[in-house]
Amino acid sequence: MTTTPSGPSAPAEPGAQLASARAVVWQRRKAALAAFWRDYRRQRAGVIGLVGLVLIVGLAVTAPVISDESGLDVTQAPGERLEAPSSRFLLGTDETGRSILLLTLWGSRISLVVGVTATLLAMGIGTLVGIAAGHFGGWFSGLLMRITDWFIVLPRLVLAIALAAVIGTRLPSITTVIIAIGITSWAGTARLIRAQTLAVEGRPYLERARALGAGHWHQMTRHVLPNVMPLVLASTTLEVASAVLAEATLAFLGFGDSGQVSWGTMLSRANSSGAITYGAWWYLLPPGFAILVVVLCFTLCGRALEAVFNPRLRGQI
Amino acid sequence: MADVSAQRHRTERHGAPSEAVPVLDVQGLEVTYRGSRGDVPAVRGVDLRLDAGETLGLAGESGCGKSTLALALLRLLPVGTQVSGKVLLDGEEVLTMSWGRLRAVRWARGSIVFQGAMHALNPVHRIGRQIAEPILVHEKVTEAEAYERANELLTQVGLPAWRARSYPHELSGGQRQRVMIAMALACSPRLIIADEATTALDVMIQAQVLDLIGTLVAERGIALLMISHDLSVLSATCRRLAVMYAGRLVEIGPAHEVFREPAHPYSEALAAAFPSVGDPASRGRPRGLGGDPPDPAALPGGCPFHPRCPVAQPRCETVTVDLWPAGVDRRAACVRYEPH
Repeated sequence: MTTTPSGPSAPAEPGAQLASARAVVWQRRKAALAAFWRDYRRQRAGVIGLVGLVLIVGLAVTAPVISDESGLDVTQAPGERLEAPSSRFLLGTDETGRSILLLTLWGSRISLVVGVTATLLAMGIGTLVGIAAGHFGGWFSGLLMRITDWFIVLPRLVLAIALAAVIGTRLPSITTVIIAIGITSWAGTARLIRAQTLAVEGRPYLERARALGAGHWHQMTRHVLPNVMPLVLASTTLEVASAVLAEATLAFLGFGDSGQVSWGTMLSRANSSGAITYGAWWYLLPPGFAILVVVLCFTLCGRALEAVFNPRLRGQI
Repeated sequence: MADVSAQRHRTERHGAPSEAVPVLDVQGLEVTYRGSRGDVPAVRGVDLRLDAGETLGLAGESGCGKSTLALALLRLLPVGTQVSGKVLLDGEEVLTMSWGRLRAVRWARGSIVFQGAMHALNPVHRIGRQIAEPILVHEKVTEAEAYERANELLTQVGLPAWRARSYPHELSGGQRQRVMIAMALACSPRLIIADEATTALDVMIQAQVLDLIGTLVAERGIALLMISHDLSVLSATCRRLAVMYAGRLVEIGPAHEVFREPAHPYSEALAAAFPSVGDPASRGRPRGLGGDPPDPAALPGGCPFHPRCPVAQPRCETVTVDLWPAGVDRRAACVRYEPH
């Protein structure tokens, strides 16, 4: 420990130290990132999930480049009705003659956008409610938690359908679906975050923050939030999977933009156009598999993140 | 808010030149915790007075109410705790002030050096940011200015300014305690409460930190209330010493006298628990005190110390003790000093 009182006589020296310290900090940052990556790489399932996600997101983003959007137009459908897979249409065609491969590729865009956006919404609400409930305590916490319980107890799908029906009259249908999924899936997160907030609230640095006159907002955003953030991240990744699934379910049931292609609307159309009785397995399986793969990839990534952030879980998954 | 308080500050200082308002004036403070098995009185009527530049040590064993007292001074006790009496910080009543005013007073008037600096620092923020935090909360300054002052404070407590960019886990225990002291000084408070500030440190670092606190307090004319179970630390740092037992002061007086010639048998036992170096009589048999501290929910009648007192008289079981004069500038709550 240096005890030399560095007065105004040595202004140049701390400056020099600062430059080197900055370099040290950069190196440390890099090392921390490398350590995180090393831990993550040890989760083999997580790596598989990550590779899968990168592939899927890459395909979804580059869809306009690698394929021709005009193929989605029913009036310009190139093929015959419900054609079986062939060299021209690798996965066959739908009831209007469009390529299933093309539909599946473009469907990923809606599914991912809705899944991620709805999850961000749910995480925002869940984190806010969780931290507020954990921070304030007392009757306010009780009230928030009862509301949370109410959302947990109600069947999610029924609530989402009801919500979609109520708000769907005024908003674009994709927004409706995002809101419906977001509002029905924050409750679990709120509980998780509340528990973690309670643990953080007990730490002495929050007592210090109170002692130095910090307000509630300051305490919650500066001290609690950064400490619950890893948990929020891991939970987000897991939640995306269920949001993608929820989107497909709602679209299948007819709540969604039937004009836009998503995996859920594909399944819905396959169902209503009689593809099942016709035996057109190529219409049903691709969107189904796509949903399965995306959900699996997100779940694998989320589990791996959880294991990295919480070392006690390692080797148990 | 900060401007107003600074102004008030100035007028108070200049307005009363001879009989200055004490920095801290505690009158009849009582704190009662509400537990599931009934009310538990933790502090039962404490009077304290602390002038600018004065240092007061508060000693006592675990559970005697000294930390509760410290938290009560800035109203940091859990919601629902019953607090009565008066706490005047610079002549302003803390216990009844509005929530907004209280937030402004916290840290700007009275700050705390917490026990166990490793836990009182947020692990996810850099040191500089944490020192700048109270400045940003209380004063209208830009972030750059606040960080600039954080660097100055760091050099004042003997740490290089580039340490501001470190995280708490990169510092040693002593360095962290220095950071806590820098933080306590951040808003130039009038009162600093050091609650077991050096307890977790080894003796060498402890001496350094105590030295540092002593120097800074003397330089700036800050009133210091230092809380510890370690009488030797307190007698070395503080001018006056108060000993607390079962929620009450049992002795108060000049630090060295209380440590060398305790008037109350409890102070005597506390002082004797520290063997003095070079004294053959104390070697190998450090004395302590038998028995446990009393349960605050069921205190013994009369003098609360009588069940453990080595010189108890039959009268001790019924007498109501109070702080009676026990020499020049000294008072003790023992029946032996009862005025007739």
